[in-house]
Amino acid sequence: MQQELVGSVVLPGDVVGVVRGDVELKLGPGVRREQDKIVATKCGVFRLRKPNMYWIDINQKRYVPVAKEHVIGIVTGKPGENFRVDIGSSQQALLPFLAFEGATKRNRPNVQIGDLLYCEISVANKDMEPELVCVDGSGKSHGMGVLSIDGFMFRCSLGLARKLLADDCPILKTLSARFSFEIAVGMNGCVWVKSKSVTNTILISNCIENSEYLGIDEIEKMVDQLVQSAHSY
Amino acid sequence: MSLRSLSCEQSLLARCDGSARFKHGETSVVAAVYGPGDVKPNKEIINKATIEVTFKPKTGLPGCAETALEKILQDTCEAVILTSLHPRSSISIILQVEHDDGSLLPCCINACCVALMDTGVPMRGFVCAVACAVQQSGEEIIDPTLEQEQSMSSFEGLLCITYGSCLAV
Repeated sequence: MQQELVGSVVLPGDVVGVVRGDVELKLGPGVRREQDKIVATKCGVFRLRKPNMYWIDINQKRYVPVAKEHVIGIVTGKPGENFRVDIGSSQQALLPFLAFEGATKRNRPNVQIGDLLYCEISVANKDMEPELVCVDGSGKSHGMGVLSIDGFMFRCSLGLARKLLADDCPILKTLSARFSFEIAVGMNGCVWVKSKSVTNTILISNCIENSEYLGIDEIEKMVDQLVQSAHSY
Repeated sequence: MSLRSLSCEQSLLARCDGSARFKHGETSVVAAVYGPGDVKPNKEIINKATIEVTFKPKTGLPGCAETALEKILQDTCEAVILTSLHPRSSISIILQVEHDDGSLLPCCINACCVALMDTGVPMRGFVCAVACAVQQSGEEIIDPTLEQEQSMSSFEGLLCITYGSCLAV
């Protein structure tokens, strides 16, 4: 692999490496193998996680489902024994009635059309509709399920959603020092926020949306400015 | 023989998944891309993405000439986008001409390509295009302005170059 390209911007069609028989490579999003070459298919920063995982950091708005990711979806229908859920992908996803904690054929989950669900993608391949579940393998929900109607959901880009899910996200640290709130972030760019008052919820969602391209100091300033202007009303 | 000054801007439109404005001198085209998204059942292809191009001229309603341009753009984009990664989806590209001062088709192709890269659609490479013309005197011009195009009575050729290989149209 071209080590000098790691950390720099690549364009679609750039050859980022060659396939050698002796080395095992793990290729993530944005790179693919064409015969004996590894080629970038999207624009972004070429990354490496040692020893052998390569991918491209892309920022896009449209979500493509990947299995095992957590997403927030909106229930749009109840065909048959399933819920139809809009997760922002090209096809709407299916979520079986029974994939909720404690759900049985007699005890159906209390989910209406228009509800927000935090769920995990169980099946995602390019030829089929994605399938979701709200339980893990052992039947526990781990916070998945219906999100309260008191919260507010907004959409952001996929790159910002991934930043929010990182361990040391600066915007969430700054906000949690000033407000108490509940947040759920879906890998499909949907963020759900719930806090004590409507003003706070709107402030928090505006701060998160503004923070996408700001550095840590700028984030602090921006949050302070927005908090001040909200309290001056 | 030289190109006019080129300029390009990405992510200028908020609602679509990707957008770009490309300028060749005064000629300016804005491209917006939505996708990979929903596709109508009568247009879906089971093993590939459906690429739909809509070309909007600056004034007037789209007609046959616009449809011909749309076909050229659709074929160019299909050659470059990895459509097999998104079967039964659609990638819609909408182009709006802001100003036409010659070399409109190459400007559209370039705007399409940059907008597709902004969207994050998987691509085999990228496309860039430039218009070339040979006058009756034998003089070669690249990237002609509208005045030069209209004053020419000779055959005008368009060369499309893709990354790594060359296709002549």
